Amino acid sequence: MLATAALGLMTVFPLVWMLVISLKPASDVFTPSLIPERPTLGNFLYVLTEVPFLRYLFNSFFVSATVTVAALFFHSMAGYSLARLRFPGRDILFLAMFSTFLVSLPVIIVPLFILTRTLHMLDSYAGLIIPAIFNAFGIFLLRQYYLSLPRELEEAAIMDGAGYWRIYWSIILPLSRPILSALAILFFLANWNAFLWPLTITSDLDLWVVQVAIANFKSQYAAAWNYVMAASTIVAVPMLVLFVIFQRQIMESIKTNGLK
Amino acid sequence: MDQMKPPAAGANSARGLTAKQRERCAAWLFVLPDALGLLVFVGVPMLLSLVVGFFEVNGFGGYRFVGFGNYRRMWGDPLFWSSVKVTVAYAVMLVPALYVAGLGLALLVQKTNRFNAVMRSMFFAPQMVSLVVVALVWQLMLVEKVGIVSRLAPLVGLGGISLLGDPNLALFTLVLVSVWFLMGFYMLIFLGGLQDIPAEYYEAAKIDGAGPVTSFWYITLPLLKPTSFFVLLVSLVAAVAGGQVFDLIYVMTKGGPVNSTSVLIIYIYKQAFQFGAFGYASAMASLLVLALMLVTVFFFVLTRGGRFEHD
Repeated sequence: MLATAALGLMTVFPLVWMLVISLKPASDVFTPSLIPERPTLGNFLYVLTEVPFLRYLFNSFFVSATVTVAALFFHSMAGYSLARLRFPGRDILFLAMFSTFLVSLPVIIVPLFILTRTLHMLDSYAGLIIPAIFNAFGIFLLRQYYLSLPRELEEAAIMDGAGYWRIYWSIILPLSRPILSALAILFFLANWNAFLWPLTITSDLDLWVVQVAIANFKSQYAAAWNYVMAASTIVAVPMLVLFVIFQRQIMESIKTNGLK
Repeated sequence: MDQMKPPAAGANSARGLTAKQRERCAAWLFVLPDALGLLVFVGVPMLLSLVVGFFEVNGFGGYRFVGFGNYRRMWGDPLFWSSVKVTVAYAVMLVPALYVAGLGLALLVQKTNRFNAVMRSMFFAPQMVSLVVVALVWQLMLVEKVGIVSRLAPLVGLGGISLLGDPNLALFTLVLVSVWFLMGFYMLIFLGGLQDIPAEYYEAAKIDGAGPVTSFWYITLPLLKPTSFFVLLVSLVAAVAGGQVFDLIYVMTKGGPVNSTSVLIIYIYKQAFQFGAFGYASAMASLLVLALMLVTVFFFVLTRGGRFEHD
């Protein structure tokens, strides 16, 4: 038990260290003390006032929230159709969608960039948001979930003459609240932490998301680790708070679905 | 259940559609946004990488067909081969390390109690942080001589070395950071697998006088086969093509020092976005696309459609 606790503390140490340095003045960055001798909030103040950091935070939030809402909406629609409706070509369509699930962004980044440029979506919110919505994982998970719901649910509604949209909207969606909320957290997290895509398609500083901003921040303020760690803390803390609140749901959904 | 449905049928005939046609229409409309989105933003780029690989693309977006020119260039490009080597070395170190770390942690915190719940959260916590932040924090801790890890290294007999600056060590250091970041995720996957093993097996083994090592070897490991397969496959794909690996290396070392951490996806990115060689970069990426497709087919056949069930 002691060994486990030691391992656990070692695991979170880098995150604690980030917080510690963010509270130290520039001159104390490399002193090895865990408790800042001269604690200061100056680094946070600097980052939030001297750099358009609030703008970057807003961009990250706006993009992540929009992608999450759109993705949940589209994936649940697709999942519903693939799990509960009958149409020719359904299995082939599902296979085709599923076959993209191992394809990762670094592998298709060049053609995706060319495509986005052709669509005139470089340096735009549309370019940040739209390509990030579609992924096979979400569809796969929701389809699995909908396959497990009992058939009688919608049969009664069909007898009453309800259309498919009404069945989806007022029967299926309310029933999927637990899985949708788990997916919402995971999607938001993934998009808040995303770096490669925004890095590749935004050169306009007004469109920078926080991850791109802090990566650049580092090269701009080469040795100003106190500022870099304060900025990192601001970016990481919302997700860590989210984790503390929802840790059971987050870990349970990964454990049982095996997918993220 | 099989009787006619007068009201619905009446409504349908009014629109001139049978119930079956109506269901088909609805089904296609529901699935359309995602099907189109995946086609345009994943399917088309996959195809494009194969196509663009046969062209030379200049800075003004002009395309010139060069046949297998880019592939021949690859063959004679020492930096391409070195990036393949680095990728293999990284994967060969990372995949087994993640397997052991993930399974080890899972066994450590397997019992459900309050202490273990806290420990699970601690092991998983790095997953919440972006790779950019992870890379920056580790960079700071690894600053030569004065970073906290560099200060502590001599205590375990590792004084006088530069964990990120030495080309012989940098990749190894990146593997350690990757394991630190990813192990919590694989711990959860293994916990899910362990949970599915019926407790009676262990009880029976205990009655037969089997110790913990024996029951691990003859019960846990064999019954974890589907989970192990999933973990090895996913971590392999993540090591070779993963976005998280890209972010970590890109921010931490940019492939340096002297290309010692330049894995294939980093080299491809540099060729495209630093040197503007979109055609050449696409040709290299097309190899990864093909490899991933092969792995997907393999995965699909072996799991009978993406399902994991015990035999």
